[in-house]
Amino acid sequence: MSTEFPQTFPQTFQQKIHSTLADANLQLAIYTATGRLKDKRTENVASDVLPDYQELRSHANAIKKHTIENLDFYLEEFERNVEAHGGKVVYCKDGSDVADFVLGLAKEKGSRLIVKSKSMTTEEVDLNERVEHHGLEAVETDLGEYILQLAHEKPYHIVAPALHKTRYDVAEIFTRELRIPEETQPEKQTLIARGVLREKFLAADIGISGANFLVSDSGAVVIVENEGNARLTTSAPKIHIAVAGIEKVIPRAQDLATFLKLLARSATGQLLSVYTSFLSGPRRPGEVDGPDEFYVVLLDNGRTKLLPDRSKRQSLYCIRCGACLNTCPVYRKIGGHSFPWVYSGPIGAIITPQFMGVSHEPELPFASSLCGACGEVCPVKIDIPKILLELRSDVKKTETREKQNRLEKLGFKIFAWMMTHPRMFEFAGRMAAAMAPAHDGKWIRSVPAPMSIGPVKAWLSQRDLPASPAKSFREMWRQR
Amino acid sequence: MPNRVSLFVTCIVDQLFPKVGMAMAEVLERLGYQVDFPEKQTCCGQPAFNSGYRDEARAVARHFLETFASSEAVVVPSGSCTSMVTHHFAELFQKEPETLARVHALEKRVYEFSTFLTNVAGVDDVGARLDEVVTFHDGCHALRELGIKSAPRRLLAKVRGLELREMLPAEECCGFGGTFSVKFAELSGAMARTKIEAIERTGARAVVSLDPSCLMQIQGALSRAGSSIRTIHLAEVLASR
Amino acid sequence: MARENILHKVRTALGRSAGAPPGEAPPPVRLRIPEVEMESRIATMLMRIEALAGKTARTCDPLSYVAEAIAGKTAVASNAFYLEQIGVTGLPGVRSGITDRAELRSICATADVGITSADYVLADTGTLVMIASPQEARLISLLPPAHIAVVPKERILTGLDELFTAVPRPAEITSSMVLITGPSRTADIEQILVRGVHGPGLITVVVVG
Repeated sequence: MSTEFPQTFPQTFQQKIHSTLADANLQLAIYTATGRLKDKRTENVASDVLPDYQELRSHANAIKKHTIENLDFYLEEFERNVEAHGGKVVYCKDGSDVADFVLGLAKEKGSRLIVKSKSMTTEEVDLNERVEHHGLEAVETDLGEYILQLAHEKPYHIVAPALHKTRYDVAEIFTRELRIPEETQPEKQTLIARGVLREKFLAADIGISGANFLVSDSGAVVIVENEGNARLTTSAPKIHIAVAGIEKVIPRAQDLATFLKLLARSATGQLLSVYTSFLSGPRRPGEVDGPDEFYVVLLDNGRTKLLPDRSKRQSLYCIRCGACLNTCPVYRKIGGHSFPWVYSGPIGAIITPQFMGVSHEPELPFASSLCGACGEVCPVKIDIPKILLELRSDVKKTETREKQNRLEKLGFKIFAWMMTHPRMFEFAGRMAAAMAPAHDGKWIRSVPAPMSIGPVKAWLSQRDLPASPAKSFREMWRQR
Repeated sequence: MPNRVSLFVTCIVDQLFPKVGMAMAEVLERLGYQVDFPEKQTCCGQPAFNSGYRDEARAVARHFLETFASSEAVVVPSGSCTSMVTHHFAELFQKEPETLARVHALEKRVYEFSTFLTNVAGVDDVGARLDEVVTFHDGCHALRELGIKSAPRRLLAKVRGLELREMLPAEECCGFGGTFSVKFAELSGAMARTKIEAIERTGARAVVSLDPSCLMQIQGALSRAGSSIRTIHLAEVLASR
Repeated sequence: MARENILHKVRTALGRSAGAPPGEAPPPVRLRIPEVEMESRIATMLMRIEALAGKTARTCDPLSYVAEAIAGKTAVASNAFYLEQIGVTGLPGVRSGITDRAELRSICATADVGITSADYVLADTGTLVMIASPQEARLISLLPPAHIAVVPKERILTGLDELFTAVPRPAEITSSMVLITGPSRTADIEQILVRGVHGPGLITVVVVG
């Protein structure tokens, strides 16, 4: 049902894919959940519902392009404005820096309990594990993330983290971790979580959130959610820390008129999420509630590595809507845990090699049929297929001299030679046709063992092969 | 408006589905075009390009440029091969301005078959007849890189005796993806099976597409599943009388 | 220092020098305010809120409506001038005029209903715009399981574009501007919709006029 229990040896990419494909229940869960999100998005960006959709995408792309190309300027403007409103910006090179900051602050304030709202960036740097290691309690408050925290698992999907869990999985997790009688009703399970977490919100010393957008002209963070846990995380404790990647900056508050129209529709098909919070600084004089201290952690963690490449830097435009996951026929079969990093789906496939190096998982950019659906739905028009193709070329240029890769390299050299020598192409074609068992036009189910190797074997494992025709086209043409 | 068109049948049609090429030629001749087949042609280079071997793809692309240098119009029975030429060749020659210029000049003269018929020849009705209930599979390159959606449907609507049923969900990848189909065979197979389930739900007796590679994937899966549903290339439908 | 390290990397990657302004002007802001007359706005707004399982009411006697809605329940009201003006803060069972954070929090944590006004309402999405101020605290529309917002119709805007035209720089006036669109919800378990997760599961928007 799920990969709850650690394997004896870490599974390879192909093994993870295989075990996900083999799990029929999981297949149904992933396909149905993403299908729903996909369909809702399609409904709400349809040309009769949102006639400006394509224009908005172009505008969002242009704003992101401009901002990324002038990122240092906007980071500094953002910082000035955060400080002007009584907050503080903390630049962090990596997860250690973030943990050091949080732990240092917690120690200074005597804080023990942290509540967290959903933040892929904090997942990226394993913040919870790091602070828990030092004796602090950090509680996830988004329902899906809370369930996963209890289960000791990583998110399955950027927007719907517990997509792969059934109510029975949740019941089991709650019974085991919360020591309560079994409850399998989702409504009641939600109430249980609500009760537990409410206490945490009201007792917490520090609230840590992510940020969907960092608004440069306002020194503000924008957080988009449906449950209300981010509002509570950022309003109940006395200290609010927002953790965000440096690429989340947008120039102006007014740009939200474009981005907010795209984000919720792309993510879940909602017109707007239930809560959109625009937060700048600690509470102002006279405001009755809100935090006394406001920090924004600006995280690099490798994002600066994506900047130099003019073509690939558009990967940083991502607003983490998850639309590419919901539409990707590959993700919808292999799910989030097949991917090597917390970011999965098409966006994960393009940023993981850029952050970790292409050798981290050289097969990753190839795990795509290049159907282009991702690029079509991306609200900020990242050309994901183009970047996948570039990464494939990068992989081949840096590949080690393993036997299989050398064979493939040789194979394509032969391919190029054959395709630039038409008579050889024709000759090779006739040879292959002569070897193929004649089946009278019927497709081939199997071939003799010596021939069943490599690509032929792989093809035949799933489908039949076409039989070679009696004559090739060029032979037929000549004989017309 | 060209009188003469060159066929680029594609390596897969040449070697595995020659009747598709013949059907395409027949339809074009019926419409009054003089059709030639530059013998030097082989492949568009897409397998190498998609596998990350850009130098090899470049060599094959160069050969393509030479082969079709003097063609007025090149007609192709494949969306993915057409888009390789019209959308990706340019990426290969960014550092060779002269060749790049030739690429841009050629891009404008290379047409996917159904687009050629509707946009260049300006016809919907090619006088075809086929008594069959079919569904249409939109190949991803044709759909998303070339923006082809209505052209094949306009043509199919004029085929006498033909009933077209759209599949749901529509516009989903068949799982071929070139070398993806063998590098991630099980995954590709799973995608193919999802596709044939959608096909079966339509009740159609045949699947039509303008991409031979999609048809190979789909037919391979149908055949493995023991289905009697057949695949037909658009050109073969249009050549039917 | 991480700051210098990161900014330096950014500049090097982009070929920019420290302190340099952007290479070109940003794309112009895109704000298109449609012309929609008030009655139509109200109708759209009510429809949107109801579509999200929110309750709506339109009345010229908000006081009676609220009194009936909170009968037998404990309520906490914000310090909005509007609420005082229409008499809501004087209703029996309603605590208001709270200015101490700890007190506010403990009252909100136990109250059945939170009553606020709203600075604006966005018609096209059915969204309440809540700007934190001495008059409007954050937790009143968040902690109690039910939330009633009483708004004069003049505050209904067409949508986001009009909001960001009326309030181009929210940070200049508040530490928190929250857009509320329907009751709190989640679909995290089996994609089954459950309302009232952390925020209020019951929302009522009362339009006056």
